[in-house]
Amino acid sequence: MAFAFCVLFLQGCAGWQSALDPKGPAAGELAWLIWFFTALCAVVWALVMIALAAPLVMRSRSGDEPLLLDEAAERGKMRVVVSAVGVTTIILIGLTLLSFFANRTLAAIGSEAALTIRVTGHQWWWEVRYEDATPSRILTTANEIHIPAGEPVRLLLTSTDVIHSFWIPSLAGKLDLIPGHMNVLDIKADKPGVYRGQCAEFCGAQHANMGTFIIAEPRPKFDAWLNDQLQPAGAPASGEAKVGADLFLKRPCVMCHRIGGTPAGGTVAPDLTHIASRQTLAAGTLTMSRGNLAAWIADPQGIKPGSHMPVVELSGDELNAVVAYLEGLK
Amino acid sequence: MSSADLTSQRDLPPERKVSAKGDIAPEHDGPRDTGMDDAGLHRWLERTWRTPSGIVGALSSVDHKVIARRYLITAFVFLGLGGLNAVVMRIQLSGPQRGLIGPDLYNQLFTMHGVTMMFLFAVPIVQATGIYLVPLMVGTRNIAFPRLNAFSYWVYVSGGAFAWVSFALNMAPDVGWFAYVPLSGPEFAPGKRADVWAQMITYTEVSSLAVAVATIVTVFKQRAPGMSLDKIPLYVWAMLVTSFVVVFAMPAVMITSTFLILDRLVGTHIFNPAEGGDALLFQHLFWFFGHPEVYIIFLPATGMVSSIIPVFARRPTFGHLGLVLSLIAVGFLSFGLWVHHMFATGLPKLGASFFTASSMMIAIPNGVQIFCWLATLWDGRPVIRTPLLFVFGFFFIFVIGGLTGVMLASVPLDLQVHDTYFVVAHFHYVLIGGSVFPLLGAAYFWFPKVTGRMMSERLGRWHFWLAFIGFNAAFFPMHLVGLWGMPRRVYTYPAELGWGNINLFISAGALLFFLSFVLFTFNLVHGALKGTSAGNNPWDAGTLEWATSSPPPSYNFARIPIVTHIEPLWAEREALPVATGLRVDARELLISTVAEAHPDIREKSAAPSIWPLLAALAVGGTFLYSIFTPWAIVWGAAPIAITLIGWFWPKGDPEDEE
Repeated sequence: MAFAFCVLFLQGCAGWQSALDPKGPAAGELAWLIWFFTALCAVVWALVMIALAAPLVMRSRSGDEPLLLDEAAERGKMRVVVSAVGVTTIILIGLTLLSFFANRTLAAIGSEAALTIRVTGHQWWWEVRYEDATPSRILTTANEIHIPAGEPVRLLLTSTDVIHSFWIPSLAGKLDLIPGHMNVLDIKADKPGVYRGQCAEFCGAQHANMGTFIIAEPRPKFDAWLNDQLQPAGAPASGEAKVGADLFLKRPCVMCHRIGGTPAGGTVAPDLTHIASRQTLAAGTLTMSRGNLAAWIADPQGIKPGSHMPVVELSGDELNAVVAYLEGLK
Repeated sequence: MSSADLTSQRDLPPERKVSAKGDIAPEHDGPRDTGMDDAGLHRWLERTWRTPSGIVGALSSVDHKVIARRYLITAFVFLGLGGLNAVVMRIQLSGPQRGLIGPDLYNQLFTMHGVTMMFLFAVPIVQATGIYLVPLMVGTRNIAFPRLNAFSYWVYVSGGAFAWVSFALNMAPDVGWFAYVPLSGPEFAPGKRADVWAQMITYTEVSSLAVAVATIVTVFKQRAPGMSLDKIPLYVWAMLVTSFVVVFAMPAVMITSTFLILDRLVGTHIFNPAEGGDALLFQHLFWFFGHPEVYIIFLPATGMVSSIIPVFARRPTFGHLGLVLSLIAVGFLSFGLWVHHMFATGLPKLGASFFTASSMMIAIPNGVQIFCWLATLWDGRPVIRTPLLFVFGFFFIFVIGGLTGVMLASVPLDLQVHDTYFVVAHFHYVLIGGSVFPLLGAAYFWFPKVTGRMMSERLGRWHFWLAFIGFNAAFFPMHLVGLWGMPRRVYTYPAELGWGNINLFISAGALLFFLSFVLFTFNLVHGALKGTSAGNNPWDAGTLEWATSSPPPSYNFARIPIVTHIEPLWAEREALPVATGLRVDARELLISTVAEAHPDIREKSAAPSIWPLLAALAVGGTFLYSIFTPWAIVWGAAPIAITLIGWFWPKGDPEDEE
């Protein structure tokens, strides 16, 4: 039945956010587990349905006295029922052991993780911080998590507001981000690629638009990316962008956002130092483009109602200037 | 008609005693049913037991059948409202980025859908069915604590009205039916929406606890003579176990919602991690109730299945003892698996594995039940009528739900599907398959008893197939879309994820499923007005509720039956033996012993009273006021005390003074 649905709605099976399309060892183990459980359960269900349908082809006993029972047949039934319960018990013990050992396999994946990334949930975006012993090598970014492909990575998950849940279906199962708690999730992407995920624990108005991406790259490319991101923001390239930079600092933007290398040091909203290098805006809500940047700044409550990004009154020219500035923050 | 006179030596009215003052104690004994003819008996009992006429009379009713009918109709109305919530949500989700409604309304809708279905429909309707059927099945004249029972209804209605008026005022809770903190806490849920959630829980739990207590006492102490523990019908067993689960589970959620209100209203920091509280504590407390809640809804439905199958299989249930023990086992085990709702919170791995094992274990007693029912059906081709069709639908759907439950019990597997549409599919398979389908079967089955008329069999079959196809079309694909990564509780989704077509299909199925209920409503109304007359026992069933007329008289049974067999009406084809000796001019019940159901004493049952309604208004008003100020508890105490004093004021009944 599941297969029939897959054929019917084919586009869903090859999604980039699917537990059935694993791209890492954890999701691979889990996909195998899902299929095994599904197959076994399907067999059990089919047997129950056959047993349910069997009496429909029997002779009717509606004429008989209801209390008149065949003792021998009752004893036979008791034997069948007891064996069915026995088989059920054995299957359940087997499945319990199977899930126990699968859990151990998952726990072993991150044992030699070299990279540690702290992911903090916010309503409704993800703060991503690359931990490093050298303070100047600590990088803070948002929503998109670059990792080296083929290497295990340790994610430290927590939250400063409500409970969120971090879930990249094609790489691993989900784990909650809980204020006051720190959870550890180890992930590994086998191949370079972009893997989408989104918040899985209801977290308020914009729970639906709290996407995140894991971008797995070959090690050299990842190192280059990390070094680029550690640089402060570049100076505005054009006159318009310079006006935009000034506006950014004079207007409320600066209260919440940080842009490295400028006085803007707000930490309650995503770090914008290299915003233009990201693929999406507003936690996966819009793709990154000049038009979307302008739209998002002009009407955040229309695009993401309830979001904590306020409307900042800007004239048309001012808006263009701010967008020109942000667009240059590669 | 054979009869055993209960007026044994012990039960005779006391000898006239001379009191200290020297005058003779009045003779308190009135006429009894012993030897009285049928017509005279009916006149006496009807005068004693009827609900008083007029509006005040109707509001004072303590007849379990009247209260149960009100409960059933109210719960059905809430089902319709909750269903309409779902329809609006399904239209919004029928395509990517649809703009029918925004997140603010959507989040209220799914919260109200969950809250309504769990607290205002599912629990009340299974308890209401019990309020109607349990006293009839055990052969007594009214439920125990009839005024408490009436009170529970009024509290329930006020809670439901409170929630839905809040919704109409755009202040319905929008934090999900389990309202996790900190999202529902003072910092992230300003306004009164989360308070509405917390206090609505209190209303419904007070009501549900009251019914549970009344049910337990009815089953333990009011069974007809001879109905020893091994002769109690399975439905009554199911209601008994359910009531115990209610008594132990509901306090946990009342503590949860009260702690939440305290955090919000008086600034305690029970759930605030910044001040030494803990957000996870809420989840433990809530699910310690929340998991048994599922069984509170499911166990009564198993009782319905156990009532319907033997009637249409034309034989007693196979493995009666096994079924009873399974019910009790499920009741116990249901308290040991709450953590499987929290696997994604990052619990220690070994601890989580323990809950995998306990969650798997509950499948064993549930398996025993399924196998025993199947074995009951294996005696020959059953009589296929609408109630049995719904039981077949129950098997088809519930077994899928149970098996996906086994999948969710596995910690690693759960981490992929937790909080996705896979879980949405799972619990609708369990709750609709496990409870609503048996309830629909039960509606067709007991409708003739309640109304005296039959529902249309032809429409019933249409209804079944529409519901069955609509349900599976709506919910089966949700398993897949969940595995494809769609989380639950999202008001929209991007087109590029490719979930559009399947969601459109789901929405069409949901609409079909909703239509099946429209057809059902028509069949109910049509049956009540124009259905053919049913007679006492249209299905030739074996349990006591079919021994009396349809609908039953206010006093249920003219003479209290004596039970000699698990299916008394099949064992005594001619006429049931009866017990006599009860007074007919007073509301007297026969109280029997817990294990053997030996007749023990005669006891008065409370007369109609308006005080339960007034007490419920006082309690409801206090709960409502308490979302605004903690002083509500102080000011509310006075009217509650006054109404309770009125309720329990001694009536000068001679027995009270003896």
